[in-house]
Amino acid sequence: MDWVRILVSRLTSLVSQRILDADLDDELRSHIEFAAEESRKRGLSPDEARSAALREFGGVTQIRERYRTQRGLPWLEVLAQDLRFAMRMLWTNPGFTAVTVLTLAIGIGGNTAVFSIVNGVLLNPLPFPKPDELVALDESKPNFPTGSISYPNFLDWRKDNRTFTSMGLERGNSFSLTGNGDAEQVKAHFLSSGFFAVLGVRPLMGREFTPEEDNPGAAPVAMISEGLWRRKFDATPHILGRKITLNGKNFSIVGVTPANLHLPNVSRDDVFAPIPQWTNSILMMRGAGLGFHGIGRLKPGVTVEQARADMERVTRNLAAAYPNEDRGIGASVFPLKGRIVGDTSTFLEVLLAAVGFVLLLACVNVASLQMARSASRGREFAVRAALGASRGRVVRQLLTESLLLGMAAGAIALVPAIWGTHAALKVLPAALPRAEEVGLDVRVLVFTLAISLLAGTFFGLAPALKTSRANPQAALKDGGRGAIGSNHRVLGVFVVIELAIALVLLSGAGLLIRSLVRLWDVSPGFNPTGVVNIGVSLPPSLADASMDETRAKLRELNDRFAHAPGITAVSATWGAVPMNGEDDQWFWIDGQPKPKNQNEMNWVIDYIVDPGYLRVMQIPLLRGRFLAPGDDEHSPLVLVVDDVFARKFFPGQDAIGKRIHLVTNGDRVAEIVGIVGHVKQWGLDADDSQSLRAQYYLSCMQMPDDFMAGTRSTSMLLRYTGSLGAALDSLRQVNKQMSTEQVIFGGQSMESILSDSMAQRRFATILLGAFAALAVTLACIGIYGVMAYLVSQRTQEVGIRMALGAQRSDVLAIVLRSGARLAVAGVGAGIVGAIALTRLMGSLLFEVSPTDPMVLACVCGLLVVVALAACILPARRAASIEPMQALRRE
Amino acid sequence: MGEDRSDVLQGTLDLMVLKTLETMGPQHGYGIARRIEQVSGDSLRLNQGTIYPALLRLQQRGWIKAEWGVSEANRRAKYYSLSRIGRKHIQEEAKNWTRVAATMARFLSASS
Repeated sequence: MDWVRILVSRLTSLVSQRILDADLDDELRSHIEFAAEESRKRGLSPDEARSAALREFGGVTQIRERYRTQRGLPWLEVLAQDLRFAMRMLWTNPGFTAVTVLTLAIGIGGNTAVFSIVNGVLLNPLPFPKPDELVALDESKPNFPTGSISYPNFLDWRKDNRTFTSMGLERGNSFSLTGNGDAEQVKAHFLSSGFFAVLGVRPLMGREFTPEEDNPGAAPVAMISEGLWRRKFDATPHILGRKITLNGKNFSIVGVTPANLHLPNVSRDDVFAPIPQWTNSILMMRGAGLGFHGIGRLKPGVTVEQARADMERVTRNLAAAYPNEDRGIGASVFPLKGRIVGDTSTFLEVLLAAVGFVLLLACVNVASLQMARSASRGREFAVRAALGASRGRVVRQLLTESLLLGMAAGAIALVPAIWGTHAALKVLPAALPRAEEVGLDVRVLVFTLAISLLAGTFFGLAPALKTSRANPQAALKDGGRGAIGSNHRVLGVFVVIELAIALVLLSGAGLLIRSLVRLWDVSPGFNPTGVVNIGVSLPPSLADASMDETRAKLRELNDRFAHAPGITAVSATWGAVPMNGEDDQWFWIDGQPKPKNQNEMNWVIDYIVDPGYLRVMQIPLLRGRFLAPGDDEHSPLVLVVDDVFARKFFPGQDAIGKRIHLVTNGDRVAEIVGIVGHVKQWGLDADDSQSLRAQYYLSCMQMPDDFMAGTRSTSMLLRYTGSLGAALDSLRQVNKQMSTEQVIFGGQSMESILSDSMAQRRFATILLGAFAALAVTLACIGIYGVMAYLVSQRTQEVGIRMALGAQRSDVLAIVLRSGARLAVAGVGAGIVGAIALTRLMGSLLFEVSPTDPMVLACVCGLLVVVALAACILPARRAASIEPMQALRRE
Repeated sequence: MGEDRSDVLQGTLDLMVLKTLETMGPQHGYGIARRIEQVSGDSLRLNQGTIYPALLRLQQRGWIKAEWGVSEANRRAKYYSLSRIGRKHIQEEAKNWTRVAATMARFLSASS
């Protein structure tokens, strides 16, 4: 272990340099004296003796140096020396230091921010034990690659599979919670037994649901969230066994779930109940699509492919056993992380690339600043070179300065970057999955450190190499101007690079903005302005009411809300809600043979609404009539279809008057009475590419009794005038007059639903726009700085020109022309870069080509104008030079 | 840095120092240098200063210790002495060196 001892000894020597030096000097002095004394004894004079002693010793200085090198860690000492010197240099130039550090901090901060997002969303594993074993389970159906699983199918999947340790099933719901203070609508989930065990999450207290509770008829139990436990029960330790009243029914609390469950949907819920506690008459129907989705944990060592093969066997057997419901139904097995993260990777990669460019630009900017400054430091380096400093030594010194600047910038940027990211994600929470997991961790820190060092090396290296190459003699002779000629060229190249990068970013942002504008111009098929979506939970006392009473209650609700001040139209909406809720049904056309199984039926998006719906949504009525108040439980069943439906199922015919069989409505026949415009159910950008687009409208009042029986709450769309807040207040007032147990929840405007559907696109546009603005600003500062520097270097030349008769306007033109030359070169290079790079963001664009000439032209024009504007100040300064003064300057 | 004619192979000088300390007991730098010169006769004219990096190297390895003391002539000097580890290593180093020297001698006589 010699080397350990040696290292320790060398390290300890570093802290006591001065004492050790004195010690060495003492020792050497004593050596010389011993030697001299011996010589004196041999009869030499004191002087001769001393010089003989020195001769025998060899070079005292060399030995001392060798000794010191041997004693300490020379590279560390040199580094410390460089650092001390660098700090002094930076301290004496506070302006330069501040500008450099700030410029770099912007670049590094942006990168840290975007990387922390990439890290939180894409790189970090899900925050559960053995997250790689977790998969998302769905039914693959003809129209839905990841459709919902029916409860009976799930129970069979769980029983029959051989590759899963466990499986769980969930469906969102809401309950009206009464009995603990004010009545309240709480977000909830129906869960299968062992759901949390699949994730590896243990309840904070109590237990989760048992397999017995997966069966209908089990006693009603519930779990509540830590949040609800604190809010409604004052965090009492005696919570287990307490009752909670949900939709008028008492549930016994058996467990409390921990806060910070990082699973989308479930994480914001307050109440969980076993699936059979859902009073839904078709829960046990094998063909029903009720919005259940599953998760599973693979057995250790089992791959997703093996699990898929296993589930293929399971679903094939089920299809054989239940051909009517399960033919064509497969199981979709996907890594859970992939399902949660979705297709955000392109979007994040584009952002990362963009912000990387901003950093590159910042580096180039600082490099040109360094370059300009190094010209004035030319004398300093010349003196050092003349005194024997090697080129490597000078480069090392300059790099130390750059690295110091880079590190300072990184340190300054870190905290605002993380805060900024948090703030941005708070404003647009719909933009990203796993947004709440974005934060600072070791990987982000390492990344920031790495790019700080990289940036330091990058912007420092070129000027360092350039400066150190300068010929000391020439530099000393003309006062530090030796390197100017080639400096001009390098600075010009820098400006061109900066402008090119700015142009690439500007085009990216321009394309996204144009996409967004295009998208806003797309009509959703209805008028979203002034429409609000609310939920109303009906009084629990209604649970035992007859069908007639329920219908009467719903009519009254409709009527009362329609007459509330500020409300102009009202409709219940029980099926799909545009961009906010999916629902589908199947039917067969009267006169054609009835398909043998469900999957050969025709599929359709169904809206179950009231006659007021057309006025609420302002959907154009194309032909025939819409549902009318007379279409009720006593009259023949009618429906209204959209034009996609009409064209798809009755091409070249008149759809009005045709009849179809509504399978889930007890296979009743309904007649088409009208055709309305298509509504973009799947969002403005995605709707056209979906396979399931046909839509029909049924009247709430014509729904069969077993459908009405489960009604605990109703979703409504209302058109209002004035402000949303006032409209909601007025509704709440009316609501309170009707019943104190009746709760209004939700209250999201259709416009905000629409803009949420574009949240990710807006997030990308805002960020890319911000980066582009930053890039243009940096490029402007860069071109301004370089032009100002060049003008200051050419003062004398300008003086001579003016003395020889050049006009001020000529001087102005000269400077502007050289600026314009740079701008054009930069824009040219930028166009090439933009065309090459914007192709990669194709999937983020909407109806805009990545090489959209209009965007490119605008961006180029903008950049040239901005670049020239940045040249005007230096140009005017050049034009205002007094020739006599300029000539006399040196 | 072998530019000095009187520099000797690093390991050689180290072993000479160790051997000197073993036979003479605690000794200051000048004493060690003189002793090496005397023992080797005219064949080695040492630049005496080179002894100091060697002494430091041995100290860093923990083979020798140093301590300020007073000479017979009442002069302050730094005295070096063998440590326990150093004593152990001498035998080993000496054996190594003898082997190398013997090999070298055999090699030279064989090729002449």
